[in-house]
Amino acid sequence: MNLLRRNLPGALVVGIPVLWILVFMLLPYGIIVTYSFWLKKYPTFLPAFQFGNYVTLFTDPQYLRVFLRTLKISLLVSAASFLLAYPFAYYLVFRCRSQALRTWLYMAVIAPLWVSYLLRAYIWKTILGTEGVLNSFLMWLRIIDEPSSLFLYNQFSMVVTLTYIFIPFMVMPIYTALEKIPVNLTEASADLGMSPWRSFWHVTLPLSLPGVAAGFTLTFCLSFGDFIAPFLVGGPDGNLVANVIATQFGAALNWPLGSALAIVMLIVVLSIVSVSDRLERKGLTGGT
Amino acid sequence: MAAIIELENLSKHYSPTIIGVDDVSLTVEDGEFVTLLGPSGCGKSTLLRMIGGFEAPTHGSIRLAGKDVTWDPPYKREVNMVFQDYALFPHMSVGENVGYGLKTLRLSKGEIATRVKDALSLVGLYDKVNQRPQQLSGGQRQRIALARAIVRRPKVLLLDEPLSALDAKLREQMQIELKHLHEKVGITFIMVTHDQTEALVMSDRVVVMESGRIAQEGRPQDLYDHPASPYVANFIGTTNFLPGTSGATQGRLTHVEAPGTTLRAELDAAPPPGREITIGFRPEKVRVLAETESAENTLSGRVAEVIYYGLGLRVAVELEGGARVFADSLLPDRLAQSVLPQIGQSMRLAVAPHNVFVFEGRVAP
Ligand SMILES: Nc1ncnc2c1ncn2[C@@H]1O[C@H](COP(=O)(O)OP(=O)(O)OP(=O)(O)O)[C@@H](O)[C@H]1O
Ligand SMILES: [Mg+2]
Repeated sequence: MNLLRRNLPGALVVGIPVLWILVFMLLPYGIIVTYSFWLKKYPTFLPAFQFGNYVTLFTDPQYLRVFLRTLKISLLVSAASFLLAYPFAYYLVFRCRSQALRTWLYMAVIAPLWVSYLLRAYIWKTILGTEGVLNSFLMWLRIIDEPSSLFLYNQFSMVVTLTYIFIPFMVMPIYTALEKIPVNLTEASADLGMSPWRSFWHVTLPLSLPGVAAGFTLTFCLSFGDFIAPFLVGGPDGNLVANVIATQFGAALNWPLGSALAIVMLIVVLSIVSVSDRLERKGLTGGT
Repeated sequence: MAAIIELENLSKHYSPTIIGVDDVSLTVEDGEFVTLLGPSGCGKSTLLRMIGGFEAPTHGSIRLAGKDVTWDPPYKREVNMVFQDYALFPHMSVGENVGYGLKTLRLSKGEIATRVKDALSLVGLYDKVNQRPQQLSGGQRQRIALARAIVRRPKVLLLDEPLSALDAKLREQMQIELKHLHEKVGITFIMVTHDQTEALVMSDRVVVMESGRIAQEGRPQDLYDHPASPYVANFIGTTNFLPGTSGATQGRLTHVEAPGTTLRAELDAAPPPGREITIGFRPEKVRVLAETESAENTLSGRVAEVIYYGLGLRVAVELEGGARVFADSLLPDRLAQSVLPQIGQSMRLAVAPHNVFVFEGRVAP
C-alpha cells in the first residue's frame, strides 16, 4: 500500500501516455492491419486472412495511378518548397543585417501556422477561381480578356496550395541548420581560395543538408497524406491516396481495401522518415 | 630583407563610436615572426582580419609583397589564416581539410596528395589523414589547422590566438613547435595573442597595441628593457610605479624625487627638471639589502606580504612614503626557506640606476 502510494505519481506520469498511445494509436493500427486482410461481402465484411486487397491495389491501374499522382504532387510540393525556402532562409541567416527584420520575416512565414488549415486552403480557392483575385488582376492588366479557369481545380492549384500551406516546415529546419554553421567555416573557405559560390557549394550546402532532409521529409509526408487540398482545389482528376481511402471507408463501403491502402501509405511514409533520419544523424556526427 | 606587408594609416571604425583599429602603420619583413600583443578589445583581431581580407578598412591601405590588396577579397590574397577555434570542416576528413585549399591551385591529383602528405608529416599527423576533425584532440586539431594553412605556401601566415584553447602544458610545447615550424617553412608569421610570455618566447618582433593603436613595437628584449610608456611597462612583465618629480641631470644620471627618497636614473633622454614624472622599476631588478650593506638608490620600508611561488619569492614592501612595491628574489636553495622574511620586519631595497625607468606625467596605470 505504502509502496503503491509512493510510486503512484511516477506510475501516472509514465502510465497515462503509454495508455493513450496504446488505446488511440497502436490499437487502431492493429484494427486497420486486421481489416486489411478481410474480405468484402456486400453490405458487410467477412473476417479472413488473404492478400486479395493488396493484390487489387497493385494490379488495378486505377489505384496505381492515384498512388503515382500523389507521389508526383508530394515531390513537386517538396521541390517547390525547397526552391523557395532555401534562398529565403539563406537570406535571413547570412544576408539580413537587421535583427528586427529577420525576426519579422521569419514570423511572417511561421505565423500562418496559427491560422486554420482549412481556411488557408480555402483562401486559394478565392485567389485562383474564375471570380478570383488572380483573374481580376490579370484582366485589370489587360493580359487576358475573360476569366480563365486554368488556375483552379487541377494539379497546378493543388501544388500551389500545398506548397503555401507546408512551406513553413521547409523553412524552419533549413533556417536552423544554416544558423548552426559557424561563420568562420565560410571565412576559412574563402581564406583557402574559394570564391563565394564555391564556398557555398563545398561548405554551406553540405552542412545544411540535414535541415534540407528534414524539410523534405516533413513537406513530403504532409502532402502525401493530404486530404483537404484535393477536395477544395483539386478538381475531378485531383484525387490523392487519402481521398481514395476516405471514399473506401465512406461511399464505396470497402473498409478492407481502404485499410490495405492506409497500410501501404504508412509503410511509404515510415520508410521515408527512417531514411531521412539516418541522413540527419549522419550529418550531425559528420560520420562517413 | 624586403617588406612583405605594409600597412599605411590603417583604420577600422565599426561605427563612429566603436573604433576597432586606429591609424596603424606597420611594416613586416619577409620571413619575420611578428606578434600583435594587447589586452582584450584592443583591436588585434580586427587588424589581423583586415590583413586577411575579412574586414574592409575605413581608411588606409594594405600592401602585400608590394601589391595593393586593400580591396581584394580573402580568396585572392596570398595569405592564410589559422582561426582561433581552428574552423576545420566537420564534413571532411583531415586529408580533405588539408587538401581543400589546393583545389583552386590547378594541381594534379598526385601533386595534391604529395603536398597534403608533406604538410601533415610536417605537423606529425599523417597517420590521421582519414579521420574526422571531431575525432582528434585540441592539440591535434590545432596542428591540422596549421597544416591546412601552410599547404598553399602563402606569403604570410596569420594566426589569431592559435594556442588559447590549449591547456598550459600543451601551450608551452606548441609555442616551441610553432617557432620551429616558422624556422622550417620560412613563411612570414603574424600572430595575435594577449599572452605576453607567448609573445616574448615566440616572436622576432612584438607590436604592443592599446585601444586600436600601436603603443610600441620592437624586439622582445628592447620592449622589456626600454618600455616607452607605463602601459607597455606594465603589460610586458610587472613594473613597480612611483609618482615622482624630475631633478637635476649630471652626465647620464638624472635625479628623481620619489616619496621619501631620491633616486638616480640612467636615462638616454632626461626630462627637464621640475616635471611631474612616473618612476618605474621591475621587481626582479630590485635587490634586498643585508642589514649593514649600503648601496645606491635605496628604498626602505616594512614587509607587508610574502608570496611564495616555487621558483622564487615575491615580497611586497610598504615604503616609508606610503607606496607599495614588489621585490622578487630567487631562492638559492631549500635551506634558504628557513630565512623567509617575516611580515612587519623592516627591509631595505636597492635598484641600480640603469634599471630605473622614467616616464613623463603621472600616469601610473
Ligand atoms: N563585428 C564588429 N562589430 C562591431 N564592433 C566590433 C566588431 N568586431 C570587433 N568590434 C569591436 O572592436 C574592438 C576591437 O575588437 P577586436 O576583436 O579586434 O579585439 P581583440 O584585440 O582581438 O580582443 P580579444 O583579445 O578579446 O579577441 C572591440 O571594442 C570590439 O568590441
Ligand atoms: Mg581577438
